Amino acid sequence: MLETLRLALAIAAKDVRLEFRSRTAFVSALVFTALVLAIFNFARDPTAVSASDLAPGILWITFTFAAMLGLNRAFGLERENRALDGLLLSPASRTALYLGKVLANLVFVGSVEAIALPLFALFFNVPILPVLLPLVLVIALATVGFVAVGTLMSSMAVNTRLAELMLPVLLLPFLVPPVTSAVQITARLFAGRPFSEALGWLRLLVGYDVIFVVACILFFESTIEE
Amino acid sequence: MTPTEQAERTLRRTVPLIVVAVVLVAAVYVRALVFTPYEMVQGPAQKIFYIHVPSAWVAFLAFGIVGVTSVVYLFLKDPRLDLFAASTAEVGMVFTTAVLVTGPIWGKPIWGTWWTWDARLTLTLFLWFVILGYLILRTAVHEPGQRARYSAVLGILGALLVPFIHISVYLFRTMHPMPVVLRPGRPTLPGEMLATLLFGFAVFTFLFAALLRYRYALARLADARAHAEAERADA
Repeated sequence: MLETLRLALAIAAKDVRLEFRSRTAFVSALVFTALVLAIFNFARDPTAVSASDLAPGILWITFTFAAMLGLNRAFGLERENRALDGLLLSPASRTALYLGKVLANLVFVGSVEAIALPLFALFFNVPILPVLLPLVLVIALATVGFVAVGTLMSSMAVNTRLAELMLPVLLLPFLVPPVTSAVQITARLFAGRPFSEALGWLRLLVGYDVIFVVACILFFESTIEE
Repeated sequence: MTPTEQAERTLRRTVPLIVVAVVLVAAVYVRALVFTPYEMVQGPAQKIFYIHVPSAWVAFLAFGIVGVTSVVYLFLKDPRLDLFAASTAEVGMVFTTAVLVTGPIWGKPIWGTWWTWDARLTLTLFLWFVILGYLILRTAVHEPGQRARYSAVLGILGALLVPFIHISVYLFRTMHPMPVVLRPGRPTLPGEMLATLLFGFAVFTFLFAALLRYRYALARLADARAHAEAERADA
């Protein structure tokens, strides 16, 4: 168990280091995120719809797109020079490989989110500071859910034709529960409603995380060449 | 008998079953339109209920079968299970589409709109998308073993997803009619309507089984031919 975690951390560290040295994907994802936020400005009539009504949806659609970009490259990276074969030959178990990839994706998506959130607050004039703690909690829970499923899907999508297109087609239906819950909780937070109102959604979000993280760990093995 | 001939024989033998099933579906229409009383409020629009609800039942049944078959496949790795799951998904797709088409036809006169983001509509729509994704994934992977494993994983995750989408759309308010048969207490549906509906359930399940048998035999045939061809190429 401890060994698996150690190896997972090593794989994650490898991916993060790789990303840190080139920074191409990260910078592109950031620019993309900022652009999406800016373009949303044209999607509403500011005199008719207040920013706070649209804000939760905008935030989560932006995060979803950003995550999709990050997830697509998780296994694409290992295709070059058949690096995945090297990883599979190493003593790391499949579970360690999966967890490592999930951790690296979490760092990637989490960093993009961390920079996008203040930008979002600035563009749409949403006071996030008073609800920062619960907001970060919700973002973390939802991100864990869709990165867990997305990492598994990307390990399959990368080996198909039209890999970049395949991931969203497979993954988007699976994002309905976490993104819906996240949007609903975020909306209640921004509206200053008591947290108890969002409890049903929170339970759904946590339940989704638990079930899908376990299921993805169990089934990841089947998506890797034996 | 070679596997090819065997599959061809199953195909031939399934045709009469499909014919019987189609005749029975016609009988459901006749019974629903002529021998079942009008619903007091909804009038003739309610007749679509006898097609819509049995199709929905078959759609969810197909989804369940894909999920269970996928789990068993991952344990046994028998390629026939993969072919069976894929056939089920394809036939299930037809019934899910039937649900999505008949629903709006009823919704327009009764709800006043073709489409609304009601809980069960949304659930069925996403079910449709998951099956579609499953079928698209199958066309995008060439190696049969890999295709089977990928499909199985997606099939299982899809089955796990259904209850979650159900809860998430349910937390929004629903305007879909509430269940009239499978509910706590006795069915609220009047006897004659209930009889027609149950007849519909039986017939649609039979139609599903017949189509599935046909589709599976077809998949086996394609598989057997591919094998025979590969052997010829080797020789």
